[in-house]
Amino acid sequence: MSDKPKLAFYWCASCGGCEESVVDLAEDILMVAGAVDIIFWPVAMDFKKNDVEAMEDGSIFAAMINGAIRTSEQEEMARLIRRKSKVVIAYGSCAHMGGIPSLANEFTRSQIMEYMYQEAPSVVNPEKTRPMLSFKHNSQNVTLPEIRNLVRTLDQVIDVDYYLPGCPPTPKLLKQAVLTLLSGEFPPKGTVLSPDEALCEECPRKESKPSDLSFTHFYRPHEILIDKTKCLLSQGVVCMGPSTRAGCEALCISGNMPCSGCFGPTSRVRDQGAKMLSSLCSNISENDETGIDKILDGIPDPVGTFYRYGLATSLLRKKITEDV
Amino acid sequence: MNSKKWRLNMPDKNYEPKIVAFFCNWCTYTASDLAGVSRLKYAPNVKVIRIMCSGRVDPQFILQAFASGADGVLIGGCHPGDCHYSEGNYKMLRRFRLLKRMLHSLGIDDERFRLEWISASEGEKVKTVINDMVEKLKVLGPLSIPKQINILDEELKEISEEHSEPLTAREELSHV
Amino acid sequence: MFNSNGNGTPKIGFYVCHCGHNIASMVDVEEVQKFASTLPGVVVSRDYKYMCSDPGQELIQKDIKELGLNRIVVASCSPLLHEHTFRVAAEKAGLNPYYFHMVNIRESVSWVHTDKLSATQKAKALTRAAIQRVFFHKPLEKKSVPVNPDVLIVGGGISGITAALTIANAGKHVYLVEREPTIGGHMAMFDKTFPTLDCAACILTPKMSAVKSHPNITLWTYSEVEKVEGFVGNYKVNIKRKPRYVIEELCVGCMECIDACIYKEAKYPDEFNQKLSKRKPIYIPFPQATPQVVLFDPETCIDFKSHRCKKTCIESCDRKAIDLKQVPEYKEINVGTVILTTGFKTYDAELSPQYGYGKYPNVYTSLEVERLVNASGPTAGEVVTKDGKKPKSVGIIHCVGSRDQKAHKWCSKVCCMYSLKLAHLIKEHTGAQVYNFYIDMRTPGKGYEEFYDKLMTEGVHFVRGRVSEVTDWALVPEEENKLTIRVEDTLIGVVRRVPVDMVVLAVGLEPRVDAGDIRRMFNISCSNEGWFLERHPKLAPVSTFTDGIFIAGACQGPKDIPDSVAQAGAAAAEVLSLISAGSIELEPNTASINEKFCSGCKSCIPICPYSAISFNDGTQKAVINEALCKGCGTCVAACPSGSIIQNLFEDDQIFSEIDGLLKFADIELEEMEAEHA
Ligand SMILES: Cc1cc2nc3c(=O)[nH]c(=O)nc-3n(C[C@H](O)[C@H](O)[C@H](O)COP(=O)(O)OP(=O)(O)OC[C@H]3O[C@@H](n4cnc5c(N)ncnc54)[C@H](O)[C@@H]3O)c2cc1C
Ligand code: SF4
Ligand code: SF4
Ligand code: SF4
Ligand code: SF4
Ligand code: FES
Repeated sequence: MSDKPKLAFYWCASCGGCEESVVDLAEDILMVAGAVDIIFWPVAMDFKKNDVEAMEDGSIFAAMINGAIRTSEQEEMARLIRRKSKVVIAYGSCAHMGGIPSLANEFTRSQIMEYMYQEAPSVVNPEKTRPMLSFKHNSQNVTLPEIRNLVRTLDQVIDVDYYLPGCPPTPKLLKQAVLTLLSGEFPPKGTVLSPDEALCEECPRKESKPSDLSFTHFYRPHEILIDKTKCLLSQGVVCMGPSTRAGCEALCISGNMPCSGCFGPTSRVRDQGAKMLSSLCSNISENDETGIDKILDGIPDPVGTFYRYGLATSLLRKKITEDV
Repeated sequence: MNSKKWRLNMPDKNYEPKIVAFFCNWCTYTASDLAGVSRLKYAPNVKVIRIMCSGRVDPQFILQAFASGADGVLIGGCHPGDCHYSEGNYKMLRRFRLLKRMLHSLGIDDERFRLEWISASEGEKVKTVINDMVEKLKVLGPLSIPKQINILDEELKEISEEHSEPLTAREELSHV
Repeated sequence: MFNSNGNGTPKIGFYVCHCGHNIASMVDVEEVQKFASTLPGVVVSRDYKYMCSDPGQELIQKDIKELGLNRIVVASCSPLLHEHTFRVAAEKAGLNPYYFHMVNIRESVSWVHTDKLSATQKAKALTRAAIQRVFFHKPLEKKSVPVNPDVLIVGGGISGITAALTIANAGKHVYLVEREPTIGGHMAMFDKTFPTLDCAACILTPKMSAVKSHPNITLWTYSEVEKVEGFVGNYKVNIKRKPRYVIEELCVGCMECIDACIYKEAKYPDEFNQKLSKRKPIYIPFPQATPQVVLFDPETCIDFKSHRCKKTCIESCDRKAIDLKQVPEYKEINVGTVILTTGFKTYDAELSPQYGYGKYPNVYTSLEVERLVNASGPTAGEVVTKDGKKPKSVGIIHCVGSRDQKAHKWCSKVCCMYSLKLAHLIKEHTGAQVYNFYIDMRTPGKGYEEFYDKLMTEGVHFVRGRVSEVTDWALVPEEENKLTIRVEDTLIGVVRRVPVDMVVLAVGLEPRVDAGDIRRMFNISCSNEGWFLERHPKLAPVSTFTDGIFIAGACQGPKDIPDSVAQAGAAAAEVLSLISAGSIELEPNTASINEKFCSGCKSCIPICPYSAISFNDGTQKAVINEALCKGCGTCVAACPSGSIIQNLFEDDQIFSEIDGLLKFADIELEEMEAEHA
C-alpha cells in the first residue's frame, strides 16, 4: 500500500444519502482519490471488518462515519474505527445530531417493536414473532445486533473530532473538509465544518425578508402556493433557516421548500429547536392565549418541525416515559 | 436491558421536587422579596434565578433545567399589560404556549411547567403558587431526566472500549 | 469551566452574612461558608455578622487587595436592597463592580422557610449557582445618561402644587398637568382644615396663584398625559389639552359671558359642588379657580347640540376669548423626571346601602358637607337639609367604606379627623346636636388628639360602635320624619336608635379609577389595593421601581394634607438631587449583537418594544442602538442563532446558574439516599 493518508467511510443508521453525496463529488472524487487511500468503505468497496481490526491503532488518517447509532453493532464498529483513526468526522445530520432516525426517540423500543412486528397495517404476524438476539439453528448460533433503547449521535458513543453537517453534506463541504485536513491545519476539536452563521446569511431570498415580521398564520408547505421570490417565513411557512447553520447555500430554498434544519444550530446555541421556537413565537401577532393558540395550530407537530434532524442531540434527547 | 424500570423507587414521602424558577426583576422578584419581608412561609423547593424580564427566558433555559434534573420549572412575570418593558411577558406567553405543547408531546406533564403573572404587590401569590406547584409535583413524583439517561446509557457499557470482539450471544431475549 | 474573561483565573471571595439573627437563625451560615470553600475557584470563604456594615465591606476590600480576588459573591439579603452597596465596595478596592454577584438568602430563604436543614440546603444551592455564575462575569462600563432638568408633575392638588413650587423656586422648569379645569384638588373644596381649622382657601389660594404666575411653571389644566416614552433623565411625554372653547391667554375671568349666557338660570349639576347646586353650560368651577378662565361644557351648551344658539356669550366678551371651534391641542415635552400626584377619590357610599345614601335625601357624604359648610359653596355656608331647614341633630358615621371586609380593609386615616372637624363646623354653623359614630377614634398626629379633646368639651356626642343601619322607619314618635341611626353602643353594651335630621357619611379614600392606566403609562406598580407602590415603604417612600418617576400625596395611600405636603417636598428633593447630579448611571445590562455571527434574519427587529434594533443595509446585519436598549433581554432569548448577548444576563451566566442549582440538588439527593442506606 502507498503511504498516502488513509481514509475510511462507514455508515450506521442512515439512509444512504450520505454515501451518495460522496459519489456526488463527481470529478472531484478523483482528486480526493488521488490524494488519499480509501481503505474502508463497505458501501462501495469490499473490505471486511477483520481488515480493519488488523490495522494498527491510529493508522487511519481520517474516518467519516455517517448515520446515527441505533444498534450494538454500530456501536461496536464506531468504537473500532475510533481506535484505528486519528481523526473521526461525524458525517451528515444523523451522525452529527441523530438525524431523522432519532425521531424514533419519541417512542420506546418496545413501542417500536410492537408497531413494526405487529400493529403496522402491512404486517401479518399472528405468532407475534420478534427478532431475537441469538437463535440456534442446526446447532449453529445465529446472532443479531441489539437495537438500543435510544438513537444516539456519534459523539454520544465515541469521541468525535469534527462534524460535517447536512442531510447530506454537500460535496463542496466534503471537499473543503478533506482539503483542510490534508493541509494539516486542524481546526479546534469539535468544530462543525461549516460557517457559524445562520442560513439566512446566504439565502437568496434574504432581501425580501421584512423587518416587521409578525405571524398571523403558520402554513406547512403543502398548504399554500409558495411565492418563489419571497422569504418563506414572510409567507408564514416555517423556515428553520434563521436557526440553522449556513453552508448548504440554501439548497431547499432554491427548491422552493423551507429549510428544515439539517445543518443544525450555530455554535452558540445548545438546542436548535428551542431557539427556533422562541424566535417564531416571539413574533406571533396575538397577545391572548386563545389567539396565540389558534396561530400555533399551524404547527401541529412541534417536535417533528423543530427537531427533525436533531432530537437525539436536543437537550431532552427523547420523550420522557415512565419506564423504558 | 429487559424493560428495566428506570424509576427505581416510586416517590416516598421524603421526595422533594426540585423546581427552578425564573422571576422577572420588576414584578415577581419584587413580590418574592415582599413575601420575605412579610415573613410568609412557603416550601423551600423553588430556587429563583432573577432576570430582568420574563421575555429574557430562553426556552433553552427551561429545557436545560429539565435536562439537568429539575422536576419543574416556574416562570414569573408581570401581569399582561404591566411588563416593565411593556411587552416582554407577551413574548414569553407566546413561547410558553408552544413550549407547553411540545413538552407535552415529549412526555413532560403540564404541571411541571408553569407561567404565572405575579405583580410586585402579590407576595401572597408567590407563596400560594409555590406551595401549590410543590404539592402537585409531589403527587407526580420525580422526573429525573439525568437519572433516566444514565440508566439508558448503561447499555453503552456492554461493549467495552478496549475490545471489539463480536457480542457474545446472550441467552435472554431482548426486543420484547 | 474556567473562563478568564480578561481577568486571569477566577479567584473568588465568598461572604455569607448572618444579618444579626435574620439569616443565621434559619440558615446554618457556617455550614454554607464551609461548603463554599470547597467549590472550584473559591479562594476565601467567610461568614460575618453584618456584611453590609462598614467592617463587612472592609473585609471584602481587604481580601481583594491582599488575596488578589477577582470575583466576589455575597450571600445576604435581596440584591434589590444591597447589590449596589457591595458593587461600590468592590469598586473601591479596585475591582470592576460587575465581577460581583449576590445571593439572596434572607428574603428568599431565611424569612420564608421554617426548617433549618432545608433552608441551609437551599442557601447552598443558591451559593453554588452564584459561584459558578461569576466565572462568566465580565468587566463592564457603567452607562451614564444626562438628566433633562425639566420636570413633569401630574395632578395639581396640594401635593402637586407644593412639589411644583419647590422645584420651580429652585430654578428648574416644571410642567404641571391637571385634568380638571382648575388646580387645587380636594383641598380646594374644604372650608377649614383640621386640626388647626385654618381656612383652606386662605392657605391654598396664594399657592395656586403662585403656580399660575411662576415663570418656571407651565400650567396645563384641563389636560391629560397621553403617552410616555423614554427612561430616567430622558422622558418624552405627549399631553392632550382638552378644548375649553375659550382662549386661555385672552380670558381674564370676568365672567361676563356666564351672565350673558342664554340660560338665565343655572340648570346643570355643578360637579365641583358635588352636584348640590347648578351651573350654566359656560362656567368656572369656583371663584378662586386657577387659572381664572371659564370653560364650556359641550354636552349642555345649546350651540354644540344644535348650532342654533344666539351665542350671546360670544357677543358679551369684548376680549374675543370665546372660540367654539377650538380643537384639542397636543403637546410634546421632554423631561428628565416625573412626579405623580394624582390623589384619591372618595368611596362611593351607594355601595354600602345600609347607610341609605341615594335613598334618603338627607344622607350626605362628607365631601358634600365640606361644600355645604363652605362660604363659597352651594348654600353659601348655610348647613341646611334638602328641605332648606337647619338640622337640629346630625349624625356623623365614621369608616364608611373603610375597615370593612365588604368594602376596603384599610383605614383611610383622615376620616376620624375630618369627621371631628365637620362636627365642630356643623355645630358652629347650626348649633345642632352632633353625634359621631365611630369604631375606634384614630387621632395620631401633632395636635390631633388635643383637637379631639377639645371637641369633647364642645358637647359633641360620641358613640362607639359600627352603625348597622340608617332608616326612616319610625318606631316611636320622636323618630317621625327623621332618620334613625341604629347602632350598638359598645361602651355601654346596648343597641341604640338615634333619630337625627341629617346623616353625614365619612367616606373613605380609595385609588382613582384610572390609577391603573396612569401606572401603566408611567410603568410603575400598584399595591393590591390600587395605590401607587413605593420602592420601599420606609426607605424610599416617594420613589418607584422606575427610575426618575416619583409619587407623592394621596395617590400613594390615604394621607392628610401635612403628610401630602411632606411627601411632595421629599419627591421634589429627589428630583432636584437627580437634576443637580446632572447625569444618572444606568445598569449596563444592555444587549448587543455580535456582528460577525448575525445572519441578518431580522427576527429580533420587531421584538424590541423600544425600536432599539435596526437593520444595517450595508452590512446586512442587525444592530442595537445601546442608548435606546433598556435591557429587557427579550431579543436575546429570541435570536435563533444565538448572536445577541445581554450584559449581566448572558446565556452562559444563566446556564451556569441553572447548573449550579441542580447539580447541588443531585448531591443533596445522594446525601439523603446515603443517609437512608
Ligand atoms: C372630606 C374630606 C375632608 C378632608 N379634610 C382634611 C383636612 O381638614 N385636613 C387635612 O389635612 N386633610 C384633609 N383631607 C385629606 C386631603 O383631602 C388630602 O390629604 C389631600 O387632598 C391630598 O392631596 P393630593 O394632592 O395628594 O390629592 P388630591 O387633592 O386628590 O389632588 C389630586 C389632583 O390630581 C388631579 N388628577 C388626578 N388624576 C389626574 C390625571 N390622570 N391627570 C391629571 N391630573 C389628575 C386631580 O384632578 C386633583 O386635582 C380630607 C379629605 C376628605 C375626603
Ligand atoms: S427565513 Fe428561510 S427563506 Fe427567509 S431568508 Fe431565512 S433562510 Fe431564507
Ligand atoms: S436548506 Fe436547511 S434543510 Fe435544506 S439542506 Fe440547507 S440546511 Fe438542510
Ligand atoms: S435575530 Fe439574531 S441573527 Fe437574526 S438579525 Fe437579529 S441578531 Fe441577527
Ligand atoms: S434587550 Fe433587546 S428587546 Fe430589550 S430593549 Fe434591548 S434591544 Fe430591545
Ligand atoms: S418586566 Fe416583568 S415580565 Fe417584563
